[in-house]
Amino acid sequence: MARPPGPRLVCLGCGDTVSAGTLYDKVWDRHCVAELPGGSTQLFIGLHLIHEVTSPQAFAALRDLGLGVRHPERTVATVDHIVPTTSQARPFADPLAEEMLATLERNCAEHGITLHGLGSGRQGIVHVIAPELGLTQPGMTVACGDSHTSTHGAFGAIAFGIGTSQVRDVLASQSLAMNKLKVRRILVEGRLQPGVFAKDLVLHIIRSLGVKGGVGYAYEFAGSCIEALSMEERMTLCNMAIEGGARCGYVNPDATTFAYIQGRPFAPEGAAWDRAVAWWSSLASGAEAVFDDEVVFEAGTIAPTVTWGITPGQGIGVDESVPSLADTPVDERPLAEEAYRYMDLQPGMPIAGVPIDVCFIGSCTNGRLSDLQAAAAVARGRQVAPGLKAFVVPGSEQVAAAAEAEGLDAVFTAAGFEWREPGCSMCLAMNPDRLEGRQISASSSNRNFKGRQGSASGRTLLMSPAMVAAAAVTGRVSDVRDLLALVPLQVPVG
Amino acid sequence: MSSSLPPRPFPAGPIASVTGTAVVVRGDDIDTDRIIPARFLKCVTFEGLAEGAFADDRTELAGAHAFDRAEHQGASLLLVNRNFGCGSSREHAPQALMRWGIRAVVGESFAEIFYGNCLALGLPCLTAGHDTMRALQEAALAAPTAPLCLTLADATLEGYGQRWPLELPAGPLQMLTTGQWDATAQLLSHHAELSRTLGALPYANGFH
Repeated sequence: MARPPGPRLVCLGCGDTVSAGTLYDKVWDRHCVAELPGGSTQLFIGLHLIHEVTSPQAFAALRDLGLGVRHPERTVATVDHIVPTTSQARPFADPLAEEMLATLERNCAEHGITLHGLGSGRQGIVHVIAPELGLTQPGMTVACGDSHTSTHGAFGAIAFGIGTSQVRDVLASQSLAMNKLKVRRILVEGRLQPGVFAKDLVLHIIRSLGVKGGVGYAYEFAGSCIEALSMEERMTLCNMAIEGGARCGYVNPDATTFAYIQGRPFAPEGAAWDRAVAWWSSLASGAEAVFDDEVVFEAGTIAPTVTWGITPGQGIGVDESVPSLADTPVDERPLAEEAYRYMDLQPGMPIAGVPIDVCFIGSCTNGRLSDLQAAAAVARGRQVAPGLKAFVVPGSEQVAAAAEAEGLDAVFTAAGFEWREPGCSMCLAMNPDRLEGRQISASSSNRNFKGRQGSASGRTLLMSPAMVAAAAVTGRVSDVRDLLALVPLQVPVG
Repeated sequence: MSSSLPPRPFPAGPIASVTGTAVVVRGDDIDTDRIIPARFLKCVTFEGLAEGAFADDRTELAGAHAFDRAEHQGASLLLVNRNFGCGSSREHAPQALMRWGIRAVVGESFAEIFYGNCLALGLPCLTAGHDTMRALQEAALAAPTAPLCLTLADATLEGYGQRWPLELPAGPLQMLTTGQWDATAQLLSHHAELSRTLGALPYANGFH
């Protein structure tokens, strides 16, 4: 990481932010409804996504206030957090989970909101299904009662997580009281090395800028590396902006974006498609855009990255060792000491070789088809290490169907992985999938917080799906590049 | 447990001050999974969340956690450090703190979504610099039952024999002290403006 030389930008106007001409500014301006007392802005919300965990109290509040849903056609629901991934037969074995889904079904029916439920062919993790259905589009404001709503920024949308009071506000008014963020451009130049994925890139960025570094900012990801990423890779990247403290992250829409959207169920068609592409293109940050801050990364130097601690910022290259206190900034040492104790990892020990109990491939970060393909490429023809539990949870019913159509389920099951039904699963353990006791997981999810995966003493190492598969077949943290037998390109002879 | 005390009513209308004793939860980057573990989110109301506040940390410390200590029962101010409330957007986190009895949080910094959730519930979050916060926490630990008075208008905390200068941005200050921290009514008052905004957005009109 390097900060570009030269003076920092200085605010010349009335507000805190100086950004201008960025996608964030353009989308913000087009969604402003009114200025509110207290200085916040009423922002129109183009797409509101809801699920069973953070919406029931919002609907109850509407009822208490005697309010209805202003634009039910702009809210879309699915069920993801609490669904079991072994059997999704109703009623669920867990009565609390059943009550949550039944409540969502009742609320959606009462207010005329579309629910993509179990078995519909469109159910899945909310941040997986909205893009794959073509609901998420450039230039929209997207809100959802889930912090990983930043995912949708991959399309050049301004997308952010909200709390339940705000879910109520969007339902009632299709708008939110918001304060404008500053914009930091994160330029990533060059190419990721083979075996290094978007997950590694974002873990590296968070490691460098810190879990608080993005507070108050939207992150614009740009540069030649970002432009070369697929939409699914961009989603992984933007998904974890929030783990760096940035409530939203985005990538400017381009030909890759448009190619992904075209033909999906809710995408514009015909003449409307051409007008849509023209409008979307006009929103990208231009050459004249002014940013509040800018940092630069070189993609080619990034290794497969693994977290060793209890925040997503405590990450290291798979070829590195757990940092010592001496190598840790003074103000981060208490957290490092807490992490050593909790993780039972010693400073100075290599992260490669740490034994693993459970391997989880899935989540809104890494539960898409290309993630499963990358993991399957490692699992193919190998076997899960003895005594290790490994399972794969597709991000949606569509992802599951696509993976099964190309035989990935068979690759995984032949290797000893369990192939599950779609849901959030062990990312946050609001369902039967959870760690037990002191188990340590290799996980393609997004958070390694204490207790996150369902055991108060359970431990999580975050990494890419390919790295999780590598851990599964070796029984320990391993450099996936060794298993992929990556060799330099051979020049054809003759 | 605070359950032995009568529940403190949730704020309604203008909030000028918060009085009471303080409880200290030290550490940077305390995430909302720690404030309220996910298993407590299996509910369709926020009632009963008090027992989930810091549940795993409390179990780990077997009664020694600040939220379990007798001298902190009934506390209304929570003193924290940097990036408090990071991670999940769950509003269950401030709900759990409020149902335990917390009515204001003072810390070095807050995660954004958490801060907004608190504001929407009328739970003021004020900030202070690292050294001030450290001294304030030390004072609170030394005199856990000392009464404090947090005044929003000038963002000061009186207690432990001195006045502690804090920070509260003008926007949240105005919202809290005028009772307009719940945005719903304001948002609903701009019906025509919202229709105009919607009408000008190509995607909301089929790109016609």
